[in-house]
Amino acid sequence: MEINRRQFFGIAGTMAGGALACKPKKTQAARTLKAPPDPYGCLMDITACVGCRKCEEACNRVNNLPPPQVSFDDPRPLERKRRPVVTAYTVVNRYHTGKRDQRNQLIPTFVKVQCMHCQDPGCVSACIVGALTKKDNGAVHYDASKCIGCRYCMVACPFQIPAYDYHDPLTPKVHKSTFCYHLIIKEGGKPACAVICPVEAITFGKRRQLLGLARQKIKNDPGRYLDRIYGEHEVGGTSWLYISGEPFEKLGFLDLPTRPIPHLTETIQHGMFRYMWAPLSLFAVLGGFMWTFNRKQITGDSEPERKEGSI
Amino acid sequence: MSAHAKPAPIEFKFWTPGVMVMVAFMVTGLPFVIARYVGGLAAVTNLDNTHPWGLWIGIDVATGVALAAGGFTTAALAHIFGKHQYEAVTRPALLTAMLGYTLVALGLAIDVGRTWALWHPIIYWQPDSVLFEVAMCVIIYLHILYIEFIPIVVERLKGKISLPGPLGSFNNTIEALLELADRILGKVMWLFIIAGVVLSCMHQSGLGSLMLIAPTKLHPLWYTPILPLLFLTSAITVGYPMVVFETTVATSSLRLDGEMDVLTPLTRITIFLLGIYMCLKMGDMVVRGTYVYLLDGTAQSKAFLVEMLVGVIIPWLMLISPRVRRSRRALFIACTLIVLGVVLNRVNVFLVGFQPPYAEKAYFPAIGEMAVTAALIAGLMFIYRVCVTYLPVLSSRPQEVSS
Repeated sequence: MEINRRQFFGIAGTMAGGALACKPKKTQAARTLKAPPDPYGCLMDITACVGCRKCEEACNRVNNLPPPQVSFDDPRPLERKRRPVVTAYTVVNRYHTGKRDQRNQLIPTFVKVQCMHCQDPGCVSACIVGALTKKDNGAVHYDASKCIGCRYCMVACPFQIPAYDYHDPLTPKVHKSTFCYHLIIKEGGKPACAVICPVEAITFGKRRQLLGLARQKIKNDPGRYLDRIYGEHEVGGTSWLYISGEPFEKLGFLDLPTRPIPHLTETIQHGMFRYMWAPLSLFAVLGGFMWTFNRKQITGDSEPERKEGSI
Repeated sequence: MSAHAKPAPIEFKFWTPGVMVMVAFMVTGLPFVIARYVGGLAAVTNLDNTHPWGLWIGIDVATGVALAAGGFTTAALAHIFGKHQYEAVTRPALLTAMLGYTLVALGLAIDVGRTWALWHPIIYWQPDSVLFEVAMCVIIYLHILYIEFIPIVVERLKGKISLPGPLGSFNNTIEALLELADRILGKVMWLFIIAGVVLSCMHQSGLGSLMLIAPTKLHPLWYTPILPLLFLTSAITVGYPMVVFETTVATSSLRLDGEMDVLTPLTRITIFLLGIYMCLKMGDMVVRGTYVYLLDGTAQSKAFLVEMLVGVIIPWLMLISPRVRRSRRALFIACTLIVLGVVLNRVNVFLVGFQPPYAEKAYFPAIGEMAVTAALIAGLMFIYRVCVTYLPVLSSRPQEVSS
């Protein structure tokens, strides 16, 4: 180590001082919910859905997705539980929960699945380049031009929604519901699925009003609905909301915590890296150790031990 | 004869059967890499929408970073804490770290969907993302490792530049540049050494924070708020055992002196470090009450038990014994177990413990993924071999004939 005493103290001291000056006076308060104040949302009334798959068809058309292998008029795909994939951003699944009609026939229940457009999304927090963003209108928006394809968003998503172009060698994309971002930014625009639904099972509007509407419906017809709005509190709330007459657990919905997904990681990251206090302090401490344990070499008091000190 | 002369290139036949095997593995991996860039990730991997991360992230990236920790732990010991008796192992550890992180970068480049966009985090900052922090640290640290390695190259070339024919006129210029590099680096190297340690601490723990974004998917045996601390502790712990592992492998295959006089005291520190890691792991299990999952017979509980027993408890008990620490073979076994334990831990956190909802089948790596990972590791060993053959890295001298 060929460096004189003054140089060493100068640089190390500056860093130590910087670290101390930057150290926050108190530990950061708990992370607050990061969510747009007045986003749009969709309320799906599961009791109304008849499983016609018109929403799947509209979604396919508006996103220019490839034509389906089985026509959207064909109910056969309902026989298995599907997930959104690269070629279909929304799918309807059929469940038999054991409810029967007067003639003792099982009554099917249909659930539309798509990106929930979380209020405080895990994927947005995870994305290494900010290709995923939560827009003020509620949409979780994907910008393929920034994406590097690390797929951390897929690890982060608690609803297991993003699908990946594993067959594309060079320009694969993450695929998920866009909330018809390009339509809803225009005045009066609505997502294609909400527009086409023939039984009006999907209502598009401000999330706040939709929550009111859902509560109203539940209150007016407690025999028809369970007293729960799925998406009101799950992972900090989602833009898509569901009301149902049957327990959500029986309809493929996950039991999720109310804490937003990014809570723990962001608390740790911002706690450690606020003003870079932790790395800078560590740098200063290590610099101190280096000075203490290598003083002879650094000041050059003793025999030149250059070979030992240098890498 | 002193076992620790100055580091020097080794004199040993290059094309040994071992080197041929490495080349064979590298050649086997190549067609799969080509297939990945022709048919996409689906052509060679078993990744799907529920399992976006597989062997390449679990082994090449997460484990690669952990096992390259020897680079910063030996640098800290010898250069920061002034324990100069360990100088002999800093160069090979530095070389391993440099090659290890290069392998991490290569593995990542193959794994990400858009290899050509891998540089995007440098301009599109996203400080909320743990992955962004890890990426930035790894990018900077990789450069620091290369800078720390320059003096070794300079030492080899200085005074020996003689380019053939017309290029000969550049000889003096290059010599002057080498001299300049040596002088400047000698003055500022301490900055890079400390920065390397700081950056290592940051991204080793950052890797542990990665999976904290998936509270509902990672098995409770591993999902703990102190996962970053556990990753950092285990990385620091595995540093010296990894040095023992590779020094023993290198010195036995190159018929060099075993350097037990350095390795034995080095592993005394490991008793302490591994002990801390063991206490943290067990304390965390008790505090969160996750011992209820220990004997439920699932693959996850078995994987956790193996990880703890084979990778932590048994080697710790072995290392306590001075007899083990003095025996070359026993020390090698104990250190190999610790290394294996960290490998198992990373594989458990990223693959075995990852239980996504709606998964139709469990993930198991495809042949192509294994072939590429094997090729990368073989490539690392091959370049290590090239470097110790031509550069002054190893200080160990050949075994004397009588011994």
